[in-house]
Amino acid sequence: MSEYQLQEIPVGPYKHLVSERAISGETMILNMGPQHPSTHGVLRLVLELDGEVIVNCVPEIGYLHTGVEKNMEAKTYLKAEVMTDRLDYMNNMGNNLAYVMAVEKLVGLDVPPRAQALRVILTELQRIASHLVWLGTTALDLAAMSVFLYCFREREIILDIFEMVSGQRMMVTYFRPGGVWRDVPVEFEAAVRDFIKLLPKRIDEYEALLTKNPLWLDRTVGIGKLDAATALQHGVTGPMLRASGINWDLRKVRPYMGYEQYDFNVPVATQGDTYARYIVRVQELRESLKIVEQALNKLPMGPVRSDNRKFVTPPRSEIGTSMEALIHHFKLWTEGFPAPKASIYNAVESPRGELGVYLEGDGGPKPYRIHWRTPSFDNLSVVPQIVKGHLVADLIAILASTDIVLGDIDR
Amino acid sequence: MDNKLEKIVQTLQEKFGATFEEFRGEAHVFVKPEQIVEALTFLRDQHEFALLSAMTAVDYWPQESPRFHVIYQLTSLTQNLSVQLRIPVNGSQLKVPTATGVFAVANWREREIMDMFGIEFEGHPDPRRILLPDDLDGHPLRKDFPLGYEEPQFTFNFEEIDVRKPYVKE
Repeated sequence: MSEYQLQEIPVGPYKHLVSERAISGETMILNMGPQHPSTHGVLRLVLELDGEVIVNCVPEIGYLHTGVEKNMEAKTYLKAEVMTDRLDYMNNMGNNLAYVMAVEKLVGLDVPPRAQALRVILTELQRIASHLVWLGTTALDLAAMSVFLYCFREREIILDIFEMVSGQRMMVTYFRPGGVWRDVPVEFEAAVRDFIKLLPKRIDEYEALLTKNPLWLDRTVGIGKLDAATALQHGVTGPMLRASGINWDLRKVRPYMGYEQYDFNVPVATQGDTYARYIVRVQELRESLKIVEQALNKLPMGPVRSDNRKFVTPPRSEIGTSMEALIHHFKLWTEGFPAPKASIYNAVESPRGELGVYLEGDGGPKPYRIHWRTPSFDNLSVVPQIVKGHLVADLIAILASTDIVLGDIDR
Repeated sequence: MDNKLEKIVQTLQEKFGATFEEFRGEAHVFVKPEQIVEALTFLRDQHEFALLSAMTAVDYWPQESPRFHVIYQLTSLTQNLSVQLRIPVNGSQLKVPTATGVFAVANWREREIMDMFGIEFEGHPDPRRILLPDDLDGHPLRKDFPLGYEEPQFTFNFEEIDVRKPYVKE
């Protein structure tokens, strides 16, 4: 074992980002990650430490870069969709929604009301699942093991519902341009209703374990304070922005998919610390449940896809009996549909913030350029600002509270 | 298009001589690269566009000249409006003034554009690659960068293919 030696991290590449004291050797440069259990993925942080206090923090990202934007340029609009699931792997339905809405806006497609309601139900369930993972892993990072197990138990129910409707637990690709893949099975409604009945009690349990727990309060209150002006400067959106006192939720201010029909609140906190972000997300769990319940009560009957055959593939049942349906099916899957030579930007509210898609067509069947404005990317960029002066242990809490997903950051 | 947005676009046209396109209710305003910092500051301070939602670039090689467009998507929270600024960037002179002084979020976004398109941002405080390895040659989101693949190695041809692999060998 003697050949293992500690290696010093060269200050060279980070010279302009660390203080003078690091260059003289007075403070210490410490590497954290990319293989570290509490960086929530493959994130590397270069820390400048004075004792245990953080002087500077430099995030190094890109370990999970897959070139999705470039790859999508080589696929047709229909086929490129499978890659959207792989970006933010905690928000698959939400990524699908952002993408299909962008395509629909670009080519000008309408979505039937039943498909819209199904999209709302499933994205809200996905938001709950994502927040549950966040809550579980954050609690785990701050040494509350049982919450992690409880949260994953409930998330499993949601993944079972996803499997029921799409055949996949995570990489669903269930929303398609013009509607959804196919109608939900008969058992769907009962399964969701059971879940709606179950979860409020479970949220009470998590809150009983954490909200007034002195250990939890010690680790979160006043840690990583982010004021509204800094948050906006750094492009922070989502629950993090709302925890800093700015009421901005795209579901409310720019309703899409019929969100305007549902009655829900946007939880806002003003303290801007780690505890405020916890409170906002737990409230959002309850609000999402309200939306799911209302959407399920109002769920209209009717088709789940647009019948515009120039863009939307016909249902399986028609292909066997109609020659035209077969031709459309074949043409759409081999050649794809052309989109106008224009560009649009479409944003939806993901569990982490504004998930935007910049989509540009060139008149052909493939996207000319697609850019994903992912919320985790900007939310992480503010972390070096807010960790300064905190302990390394608090960095774990702050990083967890930003709810980053590295697949979302690196794309 | 919204009335308020129309007025803002008009003031931009008067002040910066900007040209303007509209598609599905979205306003795309073209300004000159050297005016971009001024235009962003103007929108932020005079019209409350406090959030730079997204920033990206597009490569139009070889059909169009100037080759690149750098895109700034701005959001006003108070007025609930969005406007998109676009600057054409010539392929022979890849220099754009940095917007980090106006919006701190531009720091990482510009590093990404630098990484993916090779557009240089003058005055950027931290001009390093962000997503790709430092020793990578080229800028992948350019249209002249091929969408390549990696040859799979098996036991019988491991050595043979290893010679051709792009990574650095000891």
